[in-house]
Amino acid sequence: MMKSKLFWPIVVLLIILLINLFFDKNFFTIEVKNGYLTGSLIDILNRGAPLLLVSIGMTLVIATKGVDLGVGSVIAMAGAVGAMTVSGANGDSLVPLFTAIAFVIAISILTGIWNGVLVSRIGVQPIVATLILMVAGRGIAQLITDGQIMTVYYDPYTFIGGGHLLMLPFSIFIVAAMLVIASFLTRKTAMGLFIESVGTNPEASRLSGINSKNILLMVYVFSGICAGIGGLILSSNVASADGNNAGLWYELDAILAVVIGGTSLNGGRFYLMGTVIGALIIQSLTTTIYSIGIAPEINLVVKAIVVLIVCLLQSPEFRKKVFGVFNMKQTEKKSKNEGVSIS
Amino acid sequence: MTKGFQLDSKHLPLAATIGLFIVMFLFGSLRYTGFFSTQVFLNLFIDNAFLIVVAVGMTFVILSGGIDLSVGSIIALTSMVAASLTMNAQLSPALVIPLSLLVGTVLGFSMGCLIHYFNLQPFIVTLAGMFLARGLCYLINVESITINNEFFSFMASTRIPVGGGNFISISVIIALLVVVAAIFVAHFTKFGRNVYALGGSEQSALLMGLPVGKTKILIYTVSGFCSSLAGLIFTFYMLSGYGLHANGLELDTIAAVVIGGTLLTGGAGYVAGSVVGVLILGIIQTVIVFEGTLSSWWTKIAIGGLLLLFIVLQRVIVARSKTTQTSIASH
Amino acid sequence: MKEQTPLLIMEGITKEFPGVKALTDVQLNLYPGEVHALMGENGAGKSTLIKVLTGVYTFDEGSVTLDGKSIRITSPLEAQNLGISTVYQEVNLCTNLTVAENIFIGREIIKRGRLDWKEMNKQAKELLKTRLNLDIDVTKLLSFYSVAIQQMIAIARSLQISAKVLILDEPTSSLDQNEVNQLFDVIRKLKKEGLAIIFVSHFLDQIYEITDRLTVLRNGEWIGEFKTNEIERLELVSKMIGKDLNELKSGERRTSNKAFERKRPFLQGKNISKKGKIAPFDMDIQEGEIVGLAGLLGSGRTELARLLFGADKADTGEIKINGSMANLASPKQAISNGIAFCSENRKTEGIIGDLTIRENMILAMQGLQGWFKYIPRKRQIEIADEYIKLLNINPPNPEQLIKNLSGGNQQKVLLARWLITNPKLLILDEPTRGIDVGAKAEIQKLMLSLSKEGMSVLFVSSEIEEVLRTCRKIAVLRDHKKVYEFENDQQITQKDIMKAMAGGMT
Repeated sequence: MMKSKLFWPIVVLLIILLINLFFDKNFFTIEVKNGYLTGSLIDILNRGAPLLLVSIGMTLVIATKGVDLGVGSVIAMAGAVGAMTVSGANGDSLVPLFTAIAFVIAISILTGIWNGVLVSRIGVQPIVATLILMVAGRGIAQLITDGQIMTVYYDPYTFIGGGHLLMLPFSIFIVAAMLVIASFLTRKTAMGLFIESVGTNPEASRLSGINSKNILLMVYVFSGICAGIGGLILSSNVASADGNNAGLWYELDAILAVVIGGTSLNGGRFYLMGTVIGALIIQSLTTTIYSIGIAPEINLVVKAIVVLIVCLLQSPEFRKKVFGVFNMKQTEKKSKNEGVSIS
Repeated sequence: MTKGFQLDSKHLPLAATIGLFIVMFLFGSLRYTGFFSTQVFLNLFIDNAFLIVVAVGMTFVILSGGIDLSVGSIIALTSMVAASLTMNAQLSPALVIPLSLLVGTVLGFSMGCLIHYFNLQPFIVTLAGMFLARGLCYLINVESITINNEFFSFMASTRIPVGGGNFISISVIIALLVVVAAIFVAHFTKFGRNVYALGGSEQSALLMGLPVGKTKILIYTVSGFCSSLAGLIFTFYMLSGYGLHANGLELDTIAAVVIGGTLLTGGAGYVAGSVVGVLILGIIQTVIVFEGTLSSWWTKIAIGGLLLLFIVLQRVIVARSKTTQTSIASH
Repeated sequence: MKEQTPLLIMEGITKEFPGVKALTDVQLNLYPGEVHALMGENGAGKSTLIKVLTGVYTFDEGSVTLDGKSIRITSPLEAQNLGISTVYQEVNLCTNLTVAENIFIGREIIKRGRLDWKEMNKQAKELLKTRLNLDIDVTKLLSFYSVAIQQMIAIARSLQISAKVLILDEPTSSLDQNEVNQLFDVIRKLKKEGLAIIFVSHFLDQIYEITDRLTVLRNGEWIGEFKTNEIERLELVSKMIGKDLNELKSGERRTSNKAFERKRPFLQGKNISKKGKIAPFDMDIQEGEIVGLAGLLGSGRTELARLLFGADKADTGEIKINGSMANLASPKQAISNGIAFCSENRKTEGIIGDLTIRENMILAMQGLQGWFKYIPRKRQIEIADEYIKLLNINPPNPEQLIKNLSGGNQQKVLLARWLITNPKLLILDEPTRGIDVGAKAEIQKLMLSLSKEGMSVLFVSSEIEEVLRTCRKIAVLRDHKKVYEFENDQQITQKDIMKAMAGGMT
């Protein structure tokens, strides 16, 4: 199961990378420069870090049949909070850095609770509930930065998104850590089982004694944390915070990454590794379009077409209409197995 | 309409909206000198004419239980098409206008078809539409195209006096015509009633033999058309075409419709309510301008707050009407 | 009811779904001015037949003749245009529109290019008044009115379309007695006006009160057509559930089990009720006892079971578990009190389709243990393998998705889900429905052996024979009420149970 789900995304990713090789013979080359590993592949990983993080959180939300439209705003807010905390800091003391991290995580947990309470306790549909934060969050971010692009002159802060560890960009380690945490939570505790069960059949889950409310809350909080850390990386990377443009379109890219990765918008089974590959596809696409020299704006058109194709492929109606005969036979067989109940 | 006058749950959100508008206007009038004037009120229409038109289209979409995230991008694309046809292709406005209107209509129609025939979620289809339209803008031109054309300038600068030295713009006339037409369509045509029925219960609508598919496609076509018309009005207002125009407008539109009392789950609401919703968004901006010291991003926070207020209000109303229902309903 | 030519004749109707024959050579004759009941248990094919008649499904073989003309109905709209209208139990109107709108939508009156609301409101009001004796404000939203009124409005909509055939699908299940009487008055009036009415209901009293003739279906086959006043209740029930009356007398019996002698109550319920679902009832279940819940479909069996499990919240009553008060407000609480519930709706309330056999099995157990005490993967596979072997689940692969299993195997997985939690009381709601004979026998055997080990079982079934064979005590439900409770000794026969289910004097 797992293998077949990951197969096509990996193929697509490889094709995109190979196209690059065609234009740039050195695309796959990784060199050591100034003691760091550099190269296009490293670059994709590094630049894709915030999207990877946000997508990991979004995967769990979508698995519960929800969606979190607020992540872009959370990125902006987190960046603003982080930058504001260290704005006055100078020198090498690490205290402001950790204060900033603490504040960012606190505010992202807060946003997650906000969304999660609206969805799980008040029963607002996820699209609508998270829309509120999507609108208001950016306003709050701008309020924090006072509408300016806030610049940071504090070196330790820039380490998060721009520093290196073991010759690799530090942000890659953050992504890896969050991925490990997500995998641990979902595969080594019962979280994953509960998420998939609630996302597939909420009523049957309730009758099996599962409290879906806390699971929903948890999922939105996790998504908030992921977005918050993503925002920290973005802001640290450019040593500034821009309430208006930071994290713009991220919710859409993240949803796209999740869907490409094989997780259905109808909830249920989720594929963290699929999402990772989905996010890498989006990032490589962006990089490719830049490197080939097409207007970067065409990216949007390509993304639109990819979204449509993926959704159409997931639609049973589409499959029935297009792959007609072949598929009809298969569903027939399937319903035979299931035993159609007539009532 | 020959509806009852009692204030049942059906009219409550709309009443709240109108009340809110009056309170905000009074608040502004008491607090700021020069606020209480006809022109300030008329400016709400002049500055937001395009938003009124999009909100009208969005009202139909949300009434039917759907959502359209592509409206902002279609406005941008329309402005881009209009600008490039006028300036680059040197076409006459008599051709440019219908061609521009066609942009959103065709996009809306295609999205409607995808939603209906392949049973895709409106949210994801219109999301793709949003990407596509923005992307197409940049394919036309990455830069902004300034329009320098007599007709467009005329549309932009003509002031229509309405007495007492006050005036409105041509765009306001267009917007009001759209509103009147939409109210008629919503309440006095089969299509309008089908939209409400669809939002009430798609399954019931099907079993009652209503043309569900046709209605759905038409709804998104109408929304696309309204977005394009709004795009033209926006172009008259800005006198340029630009891919970044109307960024994030879909959210303002949805907010206006919801604040205007339309149920996000569909089935209940009024076109007129959405107009008031737009005016409320407008008045928030006006208050912030008059306040002077307040930053403009307060607008977004205020919109978010109002959105929360109205969504929770809706939940309460729906939950209340549901409990009275299920106590007698079947298992 | 003079002999005349039928208005509607359905002959040799056969409808096959992939893998299932839903209707086989079914017929139905409907005369103008009669109320005709369609009778049958769940899965008998009533709904399918109605859906064929209203164009939701198309039939594979057979013919439909309306007014002497052969017709082929392909959509609900076409059925309506032909004069065949249906009023469903869950009123299929739009509660967000006004009464008049609901009556006229789809066929609005248009004057000078606009909908003429004045005229439509007038006509709607008149229609309701003259034909249904209903004087209400038609400009109010439908949601303003009770379900009973909504149903009347749905009927009015059919009349406005000038229906010849009116199908009432379980119209009374959510009405109180007054509302039922009101509805029956309307039905009698319409009958006099020459309308042909098909009436589907689970309430036998109502069938005998209102209908003239009835057609019985069973397992998608036509069993017979009878005049209502010529068939006894008991005979009718036996036709519906497929037991010959003569055959009933000599039924095999389970030998009463000595193990049941120890009487320690596990669950004691007093005065439990939920409005509109089930009237107040008492229920005692001993340790290791198998209690049967018999009753026709819709008699309140499931509703009773759901209340004991906390799936629905009871309005009144108290439950003691092992002698001390227990609060069963949610399934989670019931489960931690040692109660398990296998729903009759496998698809919607049982299986988690996208998950594997293994995951479906451990779900309830894991729910009990919480998030962090995750059952190790290896242990999960062990458990799954163990129960696959124990219950003979096919395919014997724990990683198979449950949605790809047959109904019987899905049922076994769900059983395993609950057995793993080692419950004190297992509630089985129609566990044997829609599964093959072999699996049925296996499940019955399993129940008996579980009870020997001390587990109590509440067994809901519409197969009396099955209940008699396995249960120690049998409660019978009728019309949302618990009407009898039998100790299952040698004297009880299938006939007794059926009499209790059918009610009335026979």
